[in-house]
Amino acid sequence: MKILVAIKQVPERDAQIRVASDGRWIEEGDLNYTINEPDAYALEEALQLKEKNGGEVVVLCAGPERVTSTLREALAKGADRAIHIEADDLGSRDTLGVARLLTDAVKAESPDLILTGLQSDDLGLGQTGVVLAELLGIPHATIIMQVEVTGSGLKVKRELEDGWFQHVEMPLPALLTIQSGGNRLRYATLMGIKKAKTKETKTVAAGAAAGAPAIALERVYLPEKQRKTEMLTGAPSEIAAKLVEKLKFDVRVL
Amino acid sequence: MSGVLVVLEQRAGQWNRMSFEALTAGQQLAAALGVECSAAVVGEGIAALTAELAGKKLAKVYGVEHALLQEYTADGYVLALEQLVKQVAPGYVVFPHTYQVRDFAPALATRFGQVLISDVIAVQAGPVFVRQLLQGKLNADYRQMGAGPCFVSIQAGTFRADTVEAGTAAVEAVAVQLEPGQIRAKAGERFRESAQTVDLSAAPVIVSVGRGIGEQDNIGIVQELADALGAELAASRPICDNGWLPMERQVGSSGQTVSPKLYLAVGISGAIQHLVGMKGSKSIIAINKDENAPIFEVADYGVVGDLFEIVPALTKAVLAAKG
Repeated sequence: MKILVAIKQVPERDAQIRVASDGRWIEEGDLNYTINEPDAYALEEALQLKEKNGGEVVVLCAGPERVTSTLREALAKGADRAIHIEADDLGSRDTLGVARLLTDAVKAESPDLILTGLQSDDLGLGQTGVVLAELLGIPHATIIMQVEVTGSGLKVKRELEDGWFQHVEMPLPALLTIQSGGNRLRYATLMGIKKAKTKETKTVAAGAAAGAPAIALERVYLPEKQRKTEMLTGAPSEIAAKLVEKLKFDVRVL
Repeated sequence: MSGVLVVLEQRAGQWNRMSFEALTAGQQLAAALGVECSAAVVGEGIAALTAELAGKKLAKVYGVEHALLQEYTADGYVLALEQLVKQVAPGYVVFPHTYQVRDFAPALATRFGQVLISDVIAVQAGPVFVRQLLQGKLNADYRQMGAGPCFVSIQAGTFRADTVEAGTAAVEAVAVQLEPGQIRAKAGERFRESAQTVDLSAAPVIVSVGRGIGEQDNIGIVQELADALGAELAASRPICDNGWLPMERQVGSSGQTVSPKLYLAVGISGAIQHLVGMKGSKSIIAINKDENAPIFEVADYGVVGDLFEIVPALTKAVLAAKG
């Protein structure tokens, strides 16, 4: 089974975020980047499926030169090949524009299964996978916790709200968006890191942006506070004493 | 193209509780734009639901009924709603941001060459749709640029369901063309992993732990604080994903929704998926090392600092106060 995993590189979670001077995106210069966490779970699922069923895992990432570090990490964890779609203008493409970029690369590979995370930690629109499936004309399922290959296709466990789940069966080729927590993430081994250096990373140029975007991000800014927060300061014992006062007289739980 | 069309969600004749929040959003958006608001229900055996909507302030209620829509499938919903949207030709299509909508609405928008503006937390004049970026660290204003309908999904708790305006509306049955062969996925029964033994929704005091705790062995200090307060221990998703606490202790959009007297968040940054599950708490105390963490936007009392120093000190102080 040939599995293609579409991954995204995003700022690290505890990165200090500053709004760029034009107010339309963030300062990128001093950020550290990492693999989007749900995509790491998609990669893990792909590696486990390969271990069970054989085949090949190909990782795919669109973005500037810096994303190759994330692709190398995926190779070190066990992916067989990597494809880098070289694109410096992702910020000016909306989901449909990005999905179109991915579609071209996916078609050239014609995989049996495409996996990606259910949403990105930066934009969080949660739809690149679904749009990609629609553009490819293949069935999809989202927010998946488990994947089982059956004789005729796939049986997946889909997470619903409030602790409910559902099994969904579908033919291949198909696309799944993976939820975190279905598996334990593996670390790259020293051997894996060494091997990764010999694996193929193909770079393809991004196609021209297809027309005007359907939606535009006009402005980013710090959120306004929804409540008036009283900040408590001091040494830990002072803070603890202040909190106990609040718990006794304001919150009234002591 | 004009007007707002709200697509409500139901399953087996029961509304998804977020449907009426989306309906409020749709009515308010339509009023702001000076256009009409309509609503649609998709499924089979939905007469009681469309009849209920006939008592709301709507230009029209569309009942999209077909035997192949009895169980939700992405293919069935995309095909049916594509036909409805073409027929009604609204300027805006509004959904609740449910797991189901996340599954089909992006594909539906793609059929119209559009992009769903998902997880909207406010609608401002323009209209400008506000959503969060980077796990809630920033807000972002989005605007529709394309000529087709604008597809929007509304985050839970953004609009109040009890402010839906009443009125009278005509119900129109919409016949859609669907063939069994067009539905590629087969959905099974819904199930739960195990009986939930922890009902966080009933707990008056909750102490909740997040990524800031670092590793599983450290959870003990938060458990001690919970014990001192007589509180239930809860967690954000990553803690449960790592298997450090059982899934049934998770608070958030994929876990339980809680509204305790006190919610004490330890090392939780406050991504929207977590906030929607706990922002209804009467008092919120947050302890976090990052002063810009979104949890402080909803907290009544905030402490910026090292939880490994503050939590044990607080436990000691609580025990002393209890004597």
